[in-house]
This record gives sequence, C-alpha cells and structure tokens, in this order.
Amino acid sequence: MKEFKPIMKARDIAAEGSVLLSEKTMAGAEGAKTFFSRAGNMTVFTLQTFKQTFSLPFEFREFLKQCFELGNRSLPLVAITGAIMGLVLTIQSRPILSDFGAEGMLPQMVAVSLIREIGPVITALICAGKIGSGIGAELGSMKVTEQIEAMEVSATNPMKYLVVTRVMAATLMLPVLILFADAMGLLGSWVGVNIKTDLNIVLYFSRAFSAVEFIDFLPAFIKSFFFGAVIGLVGCYKGYTAGRGTESVGIAANSAVVLSSLLIIIVDLIVVQITDILI
Amino acid sequence: MKEEADSVRQANTAGTEAVIQIRDLKKSFGAQHVLKNVSLDLIKGENLIVLGKSGSGKSVLIKCIVQLMTADSGSINVLGQEVDKLKSKELAELRKKVGFLFQSGALYDSMTVKENLEFPLKRIKKDLSEKEVREKIMEALQNVGLESALNKMPSQLSGGMRKRIALARTIILDPAIMLYDEPTTGLDPITSQEISALINDIRNKYHTSSLVITHDMPCARAVADRVLILKEGEVYAEGTLEEVQKINDPWIQSFFKD
Repeated sequence: MKEFKPIMKARDIAAEGSVLLSEKTMAGAEGAKTFFSRAGNMTVFTLQTFKQTFSLPFEFREFLKQCFELGNRSLPLVAITGAIMGLVLTIQSRPILSDFGAEGMLPQMVAVSLIREIGPVITALICAGKIGSGIGAELGSMKVTEQIEAMEVSATNPMKYLVVTRVMAATLMLPVLILFADAMGLLGSWVGVNIKTDLNIVLYFSRAFSAVEFIDFLPAFIKSFFFGAVIGLVGCYKGYTAGRGTESVGIAANSAVVLSSLLIIIVDLIVVQITDILI
Repeated sequence: MKEEADSVRQANTAGTEAVIQIRDLKKSFGAQHVLKNVSLDLIKGENLIVLGKSGSGKSVLIKCIVQLMTADSGSINVLGQEVDKLKSKELAELRKKVGFLFQSGALYDSMTVKENLEFPLKRIKKDLSEKEVREKIMEALQNVGLESALNKMPSQLSGGMRKRIALARTIILDPAIMLYDEPTTGLDPITSQEISALINDIRNKYHTSSLVITHDMPCARAVADRVLILKEGEVYAEGTLEEVQKINDPWIQSFFKD
C-alpha cells in the first residue's frame, strides 16, 4: 500500500529560517506543516485516483453497485429534504413578496432559487453527511481490519476497486440526486402555494419554468459533478488513510463530512464567481 | 547471539533451495527502529516459525516480504525475484504465488463466504469456468471443514471459522509460499490446535513453504520445522525447535516455560 508521507518536516521549515524561532513561531510552523502536508497528500491521492480512472481494467460491476448504493439509497433522504426545502422557501417568501404585491411571482422565485443555488448546495451538504461519512467509515473499517491489504495481496488494486468506483459513482450520481431534489422542492413549493391559494400543478410548473433559462440550469448542473467528486474523493481519502484502531473509523467518517462540507461551500463560491465573470 | 544465529542459519540452509531470502533488512518508523539487520532463509517445503514478543517487528517483517510495507534497506528475494525492484505488474504476478493469512482474517465484510472465495479466484484465474470456480470453492471449504458456511456473511461466523475461511481464500489460489500472521491469536486452545493442524495439512497437500509469525508456543510446537527468534528487531536465535529449546538463555527459555 502506498504510504502517504508528510512532504516536509516542521523542523526542516524552522531550520531554513536564519532567525531563532520562538516557541510560538515553531507551533505555527508545525501547524503550517500539518496543513500543507495534508493538502499535499490529498492532492497526490486525487492525482492517483485520476490516473487509475483512465487505466484498464475498469471495475464496472463494482461501479454499478456503488451507483446503486450511493444513488438509489440516498433517494428517500434527498426527496424529503428537497420537498421540505421547497415548502419552507415558499412559506418564508410569501409574506415578503406579498408586501411588494408580487405573490404571483412565488413559483418563479422558488424555481430560480432552488435550481441555481439552494437545491445543489443543500443536497450536496446532505449527501456529504450520508455518502461521505458512509464511504469514510466503510473504507476506514476496511483499513483497520486489514481488508484493503488483503485485497492488495490478492493482486487487486484497491485504489481502482474501492476508490475509483466510489468517486465515479458519487460524481455521476450527485447531479441525478440534485435534479431529483429540485423536482421534489418544486413539488413541495406547489404544496406551500396551495396552503393559502388554489393553484393548478400544471400552471404552477408553467410559471416556475417561465423564469428558468438554460443559463440558470447549466452552471448548477456542472457544479453538481464537482460536488459529487469532492464528496467521493474526500470520503475515500479519509477512509483510505485512516489510522489503526476502531477510533480511527469514527475520525475518518467525521472528518470526511466536515472537510467535504467545507470544500462544497468553497467550490460553490468559485463556480459562482466564474459564472458571474463569464455570463 | 546474532553471529551465532547467522552461523546456525548458514549451517541449516547450506545446499538447500530457499524460496525466501532476506538479508540485512532494516525498517524504522520515525525514531523507532523496528527491524535491525534481519536475515533469514525460508527453505522450500518447510514451516519456519518466527517467534518474538509483541512489538518485536514480526508482522512488519512479513508485510515487507509482500511489499505491503517498504523496507528502509536490505534485500528481500522471493522465488528468485528481488521484490523491491519489481514493477507493479511484476509484483502483482509474484503476489499471486504468495498466500497471506492476516491476523484478523481480513474477510471482506460486505461479501458472503462464497463471494470472498470467488473474489481472488475470478481475478487471478480468469480462464476458469463457473463450474470450475464452484468446484474449487467447495474443495477449499472442504479442506477447512466449512462447506456449510458457503452462503454465510463473515459477521455470522465465529473467530475460528473466520480464520479458517480466510485460510480457504488463500489456499484456493494454490500458493507456493504461505505467510501466516499470528494464525492462532485470539482463539481458544481447541480451535488453535485445529488451525495448527490445518497449517500442517496445507503444507502436506499443497507442498507450500510457510513462514508462521506467532508467539503461541503450542502452535509453534505443532508446526515448526525450524524456529527463528526475534528480539528487539534482530534475529536472536535460530535453529530447529530442539536446538533452540536447548539454548541456555533465560529470555529464550521464557518462551518454552509452560
């Protein structure tokens, strides 16, 4: 198994400085070393995954199994979350729109909000919790119980079998889950609209989509692939590099959720900025 | 003591064919030197027991043999190939000839016993038909006396059963060399005896050469052709069980006290 070695020792960083470093500065150097070595290790892991993705043979059966596990098994959670998002957004927005006499614009506003931003980000964060922690815990426990090493001595490449399949499945399943969440969100919104008024579902969707253009949909759809890749990669990295002992499994699962959630927000910010410049 | 062990090794292995040759192996984790100049020979067809206290570097030693860990220096020759110089494809080919029984069994939790056995078989022996695969699985399960466990999940098996299934998963590939990492740890005395008997059966049936890492003396007595004792990462003594037992050293004698 490849050992992920720290890129540089903190003491080396300190030794490079010509001034005598105080203890506080040394602690800062240790922190910087930890951050950069972890970032470096994760980059190496990502590059290895990318390289293995394009080398044969491809573990197609395991990939399909993971699509089912990550995609199909997340549908109920995503459906409920999506519907509640749409419902709450409608209930919360109605009074403000009413004040401006624009209650009739409620479907359009909810549709644009859901499709452009809220649907992808909230669904990705929910999936970071479900899929990311699941992958982190699964691979972490496989590492602790030597199953990954057993795979390696059976002449099977665990990066290919375990990591590539999960990253690919998460990357391809997340856009599907986000589309599903958006649809459920609009449905929830229609229910929200109908709490106070009576609006036909066909008319509701007709109004909602009248405000959504292809350019609203495209960036959201593209970033959903990145969200999936982030969830898959972080979950696999944390599980694959888990330490020894059962405690490591919990740490791997927990840190997979925390880091992938943070990265999702950062990726979202970058995509929004790029979209803002390009469009 | 080390020089003594080296000369005993040379005397014991002279004129024999070694399937594993390790010379001056060193491995450290930071400031902790786990293996310091370890040399050993595993002779074709023998059961070599590596004894040592916990933390003496036994598991690190066999993980270095299959390159699950890379040594800092020294050479490891397995079936005539220097393992640290092999490319990944060559290493994968070599690993097909070396069976490894992990301390925990390392059965794949998400797969049934049948799928656990199929997993390496279908990947390594791709030319086998479904019928042949099924026959090989049943034969391996018969050899460990667990045909009835075919469709069970690992979580439904006891510790001893998991070890035996793990053994079946390893021998199904007809390996030339078997590496056992503490095969009887955590098992009751009766199951330990059964596993020890299985190790001998596998050697007799498949003509494998075995390197057994253990600190379980009943297991060592049952299977040992030769014994090598590791102390603080170095070869402390080597010889047949009778020879090692006769060494007048309190530390070595502590292993053989009942």
